[in-house]
Amino acid sequence: MSFTKTTWKNIRRSPYQALAAILIMTLTFLAISFFTFLLVGSSKVINYFESKPQVTAFFRNDASQSDINKLENQLRATGKIASIKFVSQNEALKIYRQQNANDPLLLDLVTADVLPSSFEISTVQIEDMGTISNMLDKSPIVSDVIYQKDVVSTLTTWTSAIKKIGIVLVVLLSLVSIFIMATIVGIKISQKKEDIEIMKLIGATNWYIRWPFLTEGIVYGIIGAVVGWAIATAGLLYTTPFLESFLKGIPVLPASYSDLLILLGLEIGFAVFLGAVSSFLAVLRYSN
Amino acid sequence: MIKLDKVSKKFGTGVFGLSDVSLNIEKGEFVFLVGSTGAGKTTIFRLLIRDTLPTEGSILVNGWDVVHLPKNKLPTLRKNVGVVFQDLKLLLDRTTFENIMLPLEVAGASDEEATKIVESVLGLVGLTEHKDKFPIQLSGGELQKVALARALVLSPEILLADEPTGNLDAATSWEIVKLLSDINKRGTTVVMATHNLDVIKSLGKRVIRIEKGKIVEEGKSSGKHKDKKDHQEVEKEEPSSVKTSEGQEKE
Repeated sequence: MSFTKTTWKNIRRSPYQALAAILIMTLTFLAISFFTFLLVGSSKVINYFESKPQVTAFFRNDASQSDINKLENQLRATGKIASIKFVSQNEALKIYRQQNANDPLLLDLVTADVLPSSFEISTVQIEDMGTISNMLDKSPIVSDVIYQKDVVSTLTTWTSAIKKIGIVLVVLLSLVSIFIMATIVGIKISQKKEDIEIMKLIGATNWYIRWPFLTEGIVYGIIGAVVGWAIATAGLLYTTPFLESFLKGIPVLPASYSDLLILLGLEIGFAVFLGAVSSFLAVLRYSN
Repeated sequence: MIKLDKVSKKFGTGVFGLSDVSLNIEKGEFVFLVGSTGAGKTTIFRLLIRDTLPTEGSILVNGWDVVHLPKNKLPTLRKNVGVVFQDLKLLLDRTTFENIMLPLEVAGASDEEATKIVESVLGLVGLTEHKDKFPIQLSGGELQKVALARALVLSPEILLADEPTGNLDAATSWEIVKLLSDINKRGTTVVMATHNLDVIKSLGKRVIRIEKGKIVEEGKSSGKHKDKKDHQEVEKEEPSSVKTSEGQEKE
């Protein structure tokens, strides 16, 4: 009981130091939350594309139904096709309308004629996608081939770049917060040097003296984690409508509340670790 | 209870704080440690709670070998030896009550239990009405009593009081000495460092005189033994004084 009381008193009596410690922790956890959102989101996007038919071939508007059927037979004859789905111009319009239901201006401008009909093709094996897309490229009725593998690999490149930046940033921020916190707790220990000596003379064990400082660091960490998480989550929820329309039907958002709470739990765990480590460094450095 | 055997303490500057000091204090004794400033009284106290280590010699306190005490036993030693420090060492941001409570907090007593003990000790030293005041709001005598109360709160077997009447008027000094004497009667071994001769004379207890880090005289206090010519005689008398105090303890 007494060390929690002491901890609280220590925090209350030096508000600026407490604020500095909490702010650096908040910044760290804001970055952690933000990059987590980004990475989870982009991996969901990648999964989505990977599970989609991997090659999409858009037909010229003048392509006749018989040419299209002939092409389909040709493709099936290779034996590499898992499925072929024909999307007519009207169906394409329907999909388009669904995706842009919230934006009447876009709906008005587009008619079925503008949108090409297409094949959505998936292969049995991913390696066969190259040959299939080559076949489609050569066909005179095909205007454009979108090879989803390109999309996926582009996304993967981006994601791994984001991941690297995120890890570097989070590691740097964690280190900075450890050192700043250790310095702040260290200052507090130096300020209380006399008190600590007195307590030792009275018979306080080292841990009796250390605990309040350790819990102080942990409290800063937890507050920082909660605030950082709250800001990032509020930001995410606020921008969800905008992001949803940007992602056009890719099922990334809205983020589930349970996932967000799991993230909070993990962050608090990490915060306790950071707080404890930095206070412990300070305690080792400044007491004894 | 307390045994110093050929203890020397040499400071970093090369000056001897204590040289070849041997003394033996029995359980339940009340002993005055007398000497001018710098004679080594405080150094002895510091050695007894291992606030500093001797350069040579061995120290036994309540059965513990202080010099070779493992670090983790140090808090136990210090909880068993109450000290009224010369500079009091009160925490300025805590009230009287909280200051006295501190050793109990440190020892891990429950809030309820600690409050009860602190209340009773406050009553003993007569500070109940000042319990919510901070150190700067108290007079010198009151501060001494706070320090004394804090030293007593864990019911130590040994109480060391370093100049507890240092800057106090005669009446307040008497009050403090009376308290120490009462505590001694309850069985606590009390060692008091002082240079207040009036106090020593009137109490008739064993006196250990230190000069420049050496014990120069031991004996029971009364006006006539203050003369250095009586040194030999005093030393002869010393064992009997130990017996007297043992006798007191048995009473």
